[in-house]
Parts: sequence; structure tokens; C-alpha cells
Amino acid sequence: MIALLIRDLRLAFRAGGGFGLGLGFFLILAVLVPLGVGPDPTTLGIIAPGILWVGALLACLLSLDRLFALDFEDGSLDLLATSPIPLEGVVAIKALAHWLTTCLPLALAAPVLGILLNLPGPAYAALILSLLLGTPALSIIGAFGAALTVGLKRGGLLLSLLVLPLYVPTLVFGAQTVTRAAQGLDISTPLLLLSGITTGSVALLPFAAAFALRINLR
Amino acid sequence: MASLWEYANPVKFMKTTGWLLPVTAVLAAVSVVTGLIWGFFFTPDDFRQGSTVKIIFLHVPSALMAINAWAMMLVASLIWLIRRHHVSALAAKAAGPIGATMTLIALITGAIWGQPMWGTWWVWDPRLTSFLILFMFYIGYIALWSAIDDPDTAADLTSVLCLVGSVFAILSRYAAIFWNQGLHQGASLSVAPGTRMDWSYKGPLYLCMIGFGLMFVALVLAGTRTEIRARRIKALLTRERAQG
Repeated sequence: MIALLIRDLRLAFRAGGGFGLGLGFFLILAVLVPLGVGPDPTTLGIIAPGILWVGALLACLLSLDRLFALDFEDGSLDLLATSPIPLEGVVAIKALAHWLTTCLPLALAAPVLGILLNLPGPAYAALILSLLLGTPALSIIGAFGAALTVGLKRGGLLLSLLVLPLYVPTLVFGAQTVTRAAQGLDISTPLLLLSGITTGSVALLPFAAAFALRINLR
Repeated sequence: MASLWEYANPVKFMKTTGWLLPVTAVLAAVSVVTGLIWGFFFTPDDFRQGSTVKIIFLHVPSALMAINAWAMMLVASLIWLIRRHHVSALAAKAAGPIGATMTLIALITGAIWGQPMWGTWWVWDPRLTSFLILFMFYIGYIALWSAIDDPDTAADLTSVLCLVGSVFAILSRYAAIFWNQGLHQGASLSVAPGTRMDWSYKGPLYLCMIGFGLMFVALVLAGTRTEIRARRIKALLTRERAQG
């Protein structure tokens, strides 16, 4: 399993792997929003938590269709399905690789973009914390969506259509955490609910995703 | 001993629904038309909301069926995944667009009602928001059905989506309540004692709800019959081509 993780990470980091694509998208979004909304610092400060969370979510979505598609096309997914590792484990490892290469950089870059968007001071810790706790759910839900659409041509657009409604609870609790922190309120409730969604998704969705993959590999 | 599972046989299903469909369709038409006429013309206006309140006779039944259609899809998907009855998968497929339409009717009538009452077509209220999210779930479900060519694969994958989607739809509902306290009134009907609605409203409302329920059943039956026939045509064409 560790070998698979290292393989996926290596594929993502090397040229053409799409590493940094999400990060670049996130940066551009954070630059475009003030250009669209106007440079008023108070307005930006109010919308910053939501923008940063939506941006992270969209950036995460961007690289999802590559999660299984490349391995499906060249047949390595069939090999993985017949390997001694259970397919559920393969899904979990691939989602973990996606998280490490896409979401973790987003969480680390978010405070810098927070400065650009005039995010209020007390919210920075909450921003990093909520992204670290919430984005694993985005990766694993995305892996489920990618497993559903892996066999389809032009599955990318359908993938976003399927996955975005599933992202609603994560987005709500994640953005609420940062908003509350920005207003100086207690953040434990949304943060706990966010962690609950993440742990629940990580525990259950690999099974659903593996089931969908088996159907698609049939 | 007649069992529910006999209707998993398409021939038996077609035979029974052959007479069941017209009966439910006529009953649905009668109760919806009676309920609406009763509600629109023979019910006094509300003392504060005037006659605008009468859109409730469309709004509440469609909202009810929007949720129940998803519940029916969930049950049908489970039956397909567990017992692999094709009729069940086709019924779930037929329910998708109907449920989406019901959701849309609920949203639109809600907007028409909300405009004079709340002074706005749309607010990000938890109920409104969760219905919009429900609509997105329906769209995704229908899109996945239409995207996959192989019928069994499509039935499998949409069933899994329906199961996972149900969990997340409920989560979204509570997330929306957490996110914003709403403007929408509470439940219109309640079995608890001391309900606030008079029988002059409750009568036509119940009738419309029954009518919408029957209408949903009739539409699902019609949709399922169409799907079964489409499958048969496909099978016949394949056989003919193989012989020709």
C-alpha cells in the first residue's frame, strides 16, 4: 500500500502530473475576486472565509477526474483490482495521494491568500485548521464521484455535477468555522461537525467507491 | 399466496399495471381537480394573506411528493441492489424526472407565494436551500442515468449514487439549518393536537395531497411501462439483427 502511495505521489509530482494546477487555480481565484468585487477591505474581509473555502473546494475538484481515469485507461486499475490489496484500500490510498498533492498545499497556501483578501486576524488559525480537517472529506467524496464516472467519456463535467451537491455539508461547516472565528465567536461546534463529516466519509465512502469501481471494471 | 415479489416479473407487472394505471390516473385527476376547485373557489380567503394563500394547495403537495419521490427511489434502488429486479431499477429511473419536476414546482410556487408575502422571490432560508440542493441531487441522478449506455451498469451506479446522495441530502438539510435560521413557516400540517389549520383548508389540502400522490404513482407506472417496452423493443431489434 505504501508502494502504491509513493507511486501515485511520484506520478503527481513529475512533469505532466498536474501538481500545482489546483494551487495555481486557487491563487488566480483569490486575485480575481477582489478585481470583481472591488478593493474595499471591509467587504473583502466579510466574504474572505467563504471565498477561500469555495476556492479550495473548486481547486480540489479540478484534479479529481485524473484520480482513476489514467489508471483505468492504461489498465493498471485492473491490475490493482486483482492485487492482494483490497480495492477499498486502493481507493483510500489514491484519495490520500490526492489529498497530499492537492489539498494539503491548498491548506498551507490559504493563509497567504487570506492576507490578499484581508481576512481578519483571529481567523487564520481556524482557516488552516478547518481546511486540514475538512479537505480529506473533499478528497474521499471526490474519489467516490470519480469512481462513478471513471468509464465515461467526458466524465469530468458529470463528475462536478455529481460531486458538488455532496460537498454542501463540508463547505457549510468549513466556511462557518472560519466566519465564526473572524467574528470572534466560539468555533468548536462547526469544527466538530466538520471533523464528524470527514471521519464518517473516510470510514464509509471507500466501500461505496470500491463498489462503483468494481461495477465499472466488470 | 400472492407476494409483492411477483411484480418483479415484467409480464405480471405489465398485466397488473395495465388496469392499475388508468384507475390511478383517473382517481388522481378527480382528486386534484376537486381539491383545487374546492380550494380555489369554495374556501374563504385568509384574513391576512388574502387569496395568495391558496397556492398552498399546489405548493405543499408538490413539496411532499418531491421528498417522497426520492424516498421511493431510495427503496427501489435498494431492492435493485439486493434482489436485482429489473422492474425496480426501471421504476427508480422513471421516478427521477418526476421528482425533479415536483421539486421545481415546489420551488416556483414557493417563489410566487413568497413574493407578495415576504417581499422577495428568494431567500437563503434552510427549507428553500435544502430544496434547491435536492433539485441538484435529482439533476445529478438523471444525468448519470443518461450518461451510461449499459443498462445494468447504469442501474447499479445510479443506485449507489442514490444511497450515498440520501445520506448527504439529509446532512445538507441539517447543515442548512445550522447555517441560517429561516423565514419559512413551520410544518403546515401536524398530527399533534391543537393544529392551527381549519377544516375548510385542511379538506382540500388533504385531497390535493392524495391526488398528487396518486398522480405520482400513475406517472411512475407509466414511466416504468415505457421503460419496459423500450427494453423489449431493444431486445427484439437485437434478435432480428442477429437472425438477419
